[in-house]
Amino acid sequence: MAEYQNIFTQVQLQAPADPGVELKDSPWGRDGKPFFSYWLGKIGDAQIGPVYLGFTGVASLICFFVAFEIIGLNMLAQVNWNPIEFIKQIFWLGLEPPPAEYGLGIPPLNDGGWWLMAGFFLTASILLWWVRTYRRARALGMGTHVAWAFLAAIWLYLVLGFIRPLVMGDWSEAPPFGIFPHLDWTTAFSLRYGNLFYNPFHMLSIAFLFGSALLFAMHGATILAVTRFGGDRELEQITDRGTASERGALFWRWTMGFNATMESIHRWGWWFAVLVTITGGIGILLSGTVVDNWYLWAVKHGVAPAYPDVFAPGVAQ
Amino acid sequence: MKSLRNKLMPLIAAGAAVALLSGCEVPIGMEAEQIGYRGTGMEEVNNPRLQAKLLEANQIPEPQPPASQSGPKAGDVYENVKVLGDLSVAEFNRLMNAITEWVAPVEGCHYCHDGDNWAAEAPYTKMVSREMLKLTRHINSQWTSHVAQTGVTCYTCHRGNPIPENTWRTHGEPPQAGGFAANRYGMNLGSASVMYASLPYDPFTPFLKGDKDIPIVPLEALPQRLGEGEQRVSFMDTYQTYGLMMHISGALGVNCTYCHNSRSFLTEETTPKHSLALIGIRMARDINTSQLEPMAGLYPEEVLAAHGGEVAKVNCLSCHQGVFKPLYGQSMLKDYKGLN
Repeated sequence: MAEYQNIFTQVQLQAPADPGVELKDSPWGRDGKPFFSYWLGKIGDAQIGPVYLGFTGVASLICFFVAFEIIGLNMLAQVNWNPIEFIKQIFWLGLEPPPAEYGLGIPPLNDGGWWLMAGFFLTASILLWWVRTYRRARALGMGTHVAWAFLAAIWLYLVLGFIRPLVMGDWSEAPPFGIFPHLDWTTAFSLRYGNLFYNPFHMLSIAFLFGSALLFAMHGATILAVTRFGGDRELEQITDRGTASERGALFWRWTMGFNATMESIHRWGWWFAVLVTITGGIGILLSGTVVDNWYLWAVKHGVAPAYPDVFAPGVAQ
Repeated sequence: MKSLRNKLMPLIAAGAAVALLSGCEVPIGMEAEQIGYRGTGMEEVNNPRLQAKLLEANQIPEPQPPASQSGPKAGDVYENVKVLGDLSVAEFNRLMNAITEWVAPVEGCHYCHDGDNWAAEAPYTKMVSREMLKLTRHINSQWTSHVAQTGVTCYTCHRGNPIPENTWRTHGEPPQAGGFAANRYGMNLGSASVMYASLPYDPFTPFLKGDKDIPIVPLEALPQRLGEGEQRVSFMDTYQTYGLMMHISGALGVNCTYCHNSRSFLTEETTPKHSLALIGIRMARDINTSQLEPMAGLYPEEVLAAHGGEVAKVNCLSCHQGVFKPLYGQSMLKDYKGLN
């Protein structure tokens, strides 16, 4: 049983590739000949493929490709089509939204038009991919929990790039595409709206984010710890609680007085994860629309304390 | 073959991890000093390894041997002395020697003087030097609110170079495809001017030449109705201010908390250093617009054209060069009264 006391998965199934259940009522097949990867087997299933793309998958990939090309080619144009500069500058390059003077109007291509177009195709791609997660889940007779969790992330994405700019009446409020540019935008957002750390929904979002990591670590550790008693059969143990469940439950009840159950721990994890982006999206949506300076808002409501003066009056030299 | 690949994988992964981390600063031995109220994260962080290098680079040259302050005045003995005429001949020559050491140690006297006629209004570098002397006196007399009694000399910017290493010009935008390719809006290129952020790489033209408003933080908790002709502070405004702040941070070798309590960038949350910085920004703007730009006419056209038709201008880095006080606050001015 020592194979579970390792940071990597120790069990790799060696069996003929499994294509999955029979496809019903689908004009699309599964693509790709399955193969095995020893190293991916260390962290997941060693079998790679086949993939079911379907209409939404193909349409989503095409939309993603269009957005990717618009962003990438514009970045390449920004270094005057110089491939060496492109590689050197790749972290800095960006595709910016239209300047403030256009409001919600349609700007010329070189003045934010490409950004709008890239945003449209990326959003179409993401929404099509959401439909795909929903429909694949249904096709397998599963619940649609993954799709709704994904939608929580899409909510934050849409608030940032679409809903909040609409409410503000200005595309220039949206983030740019690009690696450092979108990070600098994030800092600029916090600077412009008076420090996002004082935004209570940002606080909630961080709490759920860190909480998700904590819950994931607690749950993963618990299951690995009771695997020797069959605890990895989590679903069976929901209704047929065996010694693994009992021991895991006792462990937490002894250490902190309360324990989740084999079923509820997964609901804890799901809710914590989706609440990260649901609360985060609310926090973003309220910035600039309802609150302009979160620090001053926090002072007003007694959240941010005043500190004693530590500097002597006058100009320092 | 397959097993070889499997054995090589961890090695490749370890190699990649080492390569990724090789550019990182060793995160140990940093020195932090508390500068504000406890628990607020108000501290200055210094890296002793970088400090040692900076200290070495910021040693001031030995002052020239003292000269007699009495005797005939330079203006009476030499022809065409317009700025330093009140100095004694000995002090005048002492200062000339110092300027040569500070500005043109390799090129020597003839960088600014015609060897056949020292009084001649040529070469052009002489006229520029004369204006630069006036500029130095202007700073030391009009801007004591920033330079205090420490003052500046030619060496503060020049450091042994005829053209100071740290200046800026507005032109020099790297090439970008035209037509309907997306605009870069003067940002999103790795640039030392903003400490390699993707922020606007020329934060100087708007703030150190123009007088664009720097504050971007709303003064009210809730959104205010805009007055006639008023505009909301945009992200572009924010990026520009943020870029200027990155420049100041790099130029002075300090982090945000040197001037700000970063929980709020409102003025009432700043440290006393903030007011010094505000004066410094105004000083740089004044030097650029009232002193340096009017010198453009003194340069031969081909010299100016080689630099995009624009004179070099100053920013915080020109004097500070990575140190919170230029040359760690050592005053060279006290040894050269002609510059006051």
